[in-house]
Amino acid sequence: MTKDSSEYLIERYNNVYEVVIGLEVHAQVTSNSKLFSSSSTTFGAEPNTQVSLVDAAFPGMLPVINEYCVKQAIKTGIGLKAQINKRSVFDRKNYFYADLPQGYQISQFKFPIVGEGTVILDMENGPKEVGIERLHLEQDAGKSIHDMDPQNTLVDLNRSGVALMEIVSKPDMRTPDEVSAYVKKLRSIMRYLGTCDGNMQEGSLRADVNISVRIKGSDALGTRCEIKNVNSIKFMQMAIDYEANRQVDLIEEGKTIDQETRLFDTKKNETRSMRSKEDAHDYRYFPDPDLLPLEVTDEFIEKLKLDIPELPDEKKKRFIDKFKVSPYEATILVSDIDTAKYFEEVVAKMGKNLDIKLAVNWITGELFAVLNNKNLEISESPISAKNLAKLINLIKNGTISGKIAKTIFELMMDGDKDPQIIVEEKGLKQESDPKALETLIDKIINDNREKAIEYKQGKEKLFGFFVGQAMKASSGKANPQLINEILKKKL
Amino acid sequence: MSDITSLTLTDLVKNIKDKKISSEETTKAFINRGEKSRELNAYITEDFTNALEKAKIFDQKPNFDLKLPGVPMAVKDLFCTNGVKTTAGSKILNNFIPPYESTVTQNIWNEGAILLGKLNCDEFAMGSSNETSFFGNVQSPIDKDLVPGGSSGGSASALAANLTPITIGTDTGGSIRQPASFTGTVGLKPTYGSCSRYGIVAFASSLDQAGPMSKNVKDCALLQEIISTYDEKDSTSIDFKRNAYSKELTNNIKGKKIGIPKEYTVDGMPKEIEDLWTKGIEYAKDCGAEIVEISLPHTNYALPAYYIVAPAEASSNLARYDGVKYGFRSKGENLIDMYEKTRSEGFGEEVQRRIMIGTYVLSSGYYDAYYIKAQKVRKLIKNDFDEAYKKVDAILTPSTPSAAFKIGEKTNDPVSMYLNDIFTVPVNLAGLPAISIPAGVDAKGYPLGLQIIGKAFDEQNILNIAYAMEEKIEFKNKITDWWIK
Repeated sequence: MTKDSSEYLIERYNNVYEVVIGLEVHAQVTSNSKLFSSSSTTFGAEPNTQVSLVDAAFPGMLPVINEYCVKQAIKTGIGLKAQINKRSVFDRKNYFYADLPQGYQISQFKFPIVGEGTVILDMENGPKEVGIERLHLEQDAGKSIHDMDPQNTLVDLNRSGVALMEIVSKPDMRTPDEVSAYVKKLRSIMRYLGTCDGNMQEGSLRADVNISVRIKGSDALGTRCEIKNVNSIKFMQMAIDYEANRQVDLIEEGKTIDQETRLFDTKKNETRSMRSKEDAHDYRYFPDPDLLPLEVTDEFIEKLKLDIPELPDEKKKRFIDKFKVSPYEATILVSDIDTAKYFEEVVAKMGKNLDIKLAVNWITGELFAVLNNKNLEISESPISAKNLAKLINLIKNGTISGKIAKTIFELMMDGDKDPQIIVEEKGLKQESDPKALETLIDKIINDNREKAIEYKQGKEKLFGFFVGQAMKASSGKANPQLINEILKKKL
Repeated sequence: MSDITSLTLTDLVKNIKDKKISSEETTKAFINRGEKSRELNAYITEDFTNALEKAKIFDQKPNFDLKLPGVPMAVKDLFCTNGVKTTAGSKILNNFIPPYESTVTQNIWNEGAILLGKLNCDEFAMGSSNETSFFGNVQSPIDKDLVPGGSSGGSASALAANLTPITIGTDTGGSIRQPASFTGTVGLKPTYGSCSRYGIVAFASSLDQAGPMSKNVKDCALLQEIISTYDEKDSTSIDFKRNAYSKELTNNIKGKKIGIPKEYTVDGMPKEIEDLWTKGIEYAKDCGAEIVEISLPHTNYALPAYYIVAPAEASSNLARYDGVKYGFRSKGENLIDMYEKTRSEGFGEEVQRRIMIGTYVLSSGYYDAYYIKAQKVRKLIKNDFDEAYKKVDAILTPSTPSAAFKIGEKTNDPVSMYLNDIFTVPVNLAGLPAISIPAGVDAKGYPLGLQIIGKAFDEQNILNIAYAMEEKIEFKNKITDWWIK
């Protein structure tokens, strides 16, 4: 189906289709209280325990904007290299639903707080730019629970009024991989900024995926379908794959695609029609008369800019320039702010023995494997950056071999143990005394006279045998470099 | 001493402070008269037992430093009162008891006043005659089967009938000024943003404003001084310097320029209204004011614009009454069916009409032609006033195009009912303060009011003009107590 890894094309007979994808990402603003009330936003609380009179839309209750959420949205806008609108307007999006207490959602329709911006995706075949159309602030709705009571639908309003940022991309993505990279990059930027924790399991990040297909090379956009509320990157990719093929099949059959809203059924791996354009809600947007237009000053924005940390793209550039890591390694190191922090701490702690390559290999190799196995975030790593730096230093100064280091690494996981102490306790220090090693090697050559002769006659493979014997005899502690040197000399 | 209930607020406060009467005596007197006046149907909820209890507690440890020491009063049932049923005149909130207090009423209780009960009003304040209330129409104390005006009809009736020494209403398009005019009382609609909307059942958020209703201008100034506070809980509340309105009240308005807008002479306006206006101009001159002809060219478009903006906001504000969380709920087959039944049974005809209008003007395809256009008109009307205020300090108009009418007279003709607001709605659209004072009577002896419109935040000026004119007019309300057998 795909021609190379950077392209995602669908071929039917003589037609080659490309897929056009845009995303509306709903990111929960990291904030202790809701967008227009002071209720808590803690995840997983008992139903209806984090609901104020405003959230439950009691008569005469009025929304008051949470300044912190506004700051978070602006910071995110700055992180997306986007236009910050000094004047934005909150509108009411009117519709009836049991978990929407006001009968409208307060959102921003015509005048969002953030305008056009850009996100750079680090794709295998180079960077790819995805345009941001806008970012606006809005309230989340509550949650309808249909499966707890056989007769009734229950409503939990804990989420009602929680601040969301809706980040709308331009239709710039062409492959499921780009969508994955985009969501990851967006999440990474927001985690760097501390504006959204990006936790997809808890629903802090979810997306509506807009998909259309067209003959490759065409400029016109096809009719799009919107797949609502997809809450994992894997499901987004699966939904795109299904939906794109469905649309191509329709076109090939000579049918038309209806502009509609669809749902992705994760069990059946298919998208299904939710409502057609004719059934689309008329949301009757109008400016919320309870709220004045939101106006921010240049000073307000400038002050927030001072709070912006080094973001992934800048960090990546710095890592490449300063540490001479490869772009690929840099991308991995900066993708998560905690990984970047860990890496920089290891580097700092290594001091004068600094070996970037070794540090990168240990972090992205051994450490990532362990974290993966144990399903841990790097912030929960059983081995601290300080102790990993110590371990690498022990290799670097010849105290231990790389092989022994792996054994020590395993032992360190038990309570973040100091590798130096493990070396001493277990007597794992590397044997680097040339005299002692010469004696050891002399004995091995003596014990294996015939093999030594075969080696001299040209059977070079046997060199490894002698190295192995030397390591075995030293219980793995012999300095492998010295063994090599001495063996070459003696044989 | 004359009957307690016929005292002005100012005199009542003085008597209580001078310990001539106790809060309990006062409260009893108003309860007594309230009980004898049930035919007026002014109350939706009487809270008499609690009121008496509070009065007794006040008397045990009276604090005479307060501005309303132990003064009992009833308020419009649009203000949420903690623990006391608040219905907004609607079946849909028939069983609703708020666990919170509106800022405006809280301000009143903080000054020592005591809640007597909740006064009848048009359903969700939508009406000009208090005939749309789920709890029945209100009788005017002026005459049997006469409307007291609306939507603050219960408030006006209770005040004029001496069931409360003072009261508060809300004014979205004239709901304080028109009933004040119809009942021979004083009503002030403050500048938008002067009084907090927190805890007031919303009708049209960009127009709603609470305000005082009283027997004279001085009482009005005192209550305005109490209820007008900056409130962070209302994002449209404005933090401006508020005067001590009652202390700074003066009848010296010499040299004030008062504008007379020629556009307020409307076709079919009764001669007695024109005469009243002319008389008003003379009174103003007598007070030393200078009369200036002005023009407010977009006045004609105010009413249609109002009847787009207000229903649009109302259609959205009333969406929360869906039977899910509180209030009336009808049984339904499913969610949609429950919504439909709850809202058709819970809302009255006028409220449904306005929800329909509002929903229509906001729908896609019509939004630009109606809502956006109306907003543009609103801006033009505001500009008219801005222009006028370059030349004058205040504007004098009649409060209403006619005196009070009979119950049932206009119920089948909504447009004629809406026309009642013709002189009051431009003020709400422009967010300005305006006061209605009684200035005369029509041929039948029914009261007529004059409206003084001020610049934004200039309540003091219009109160002063009203105060000066009140002295000249010497209006006496004729209440015959016809309902007391």
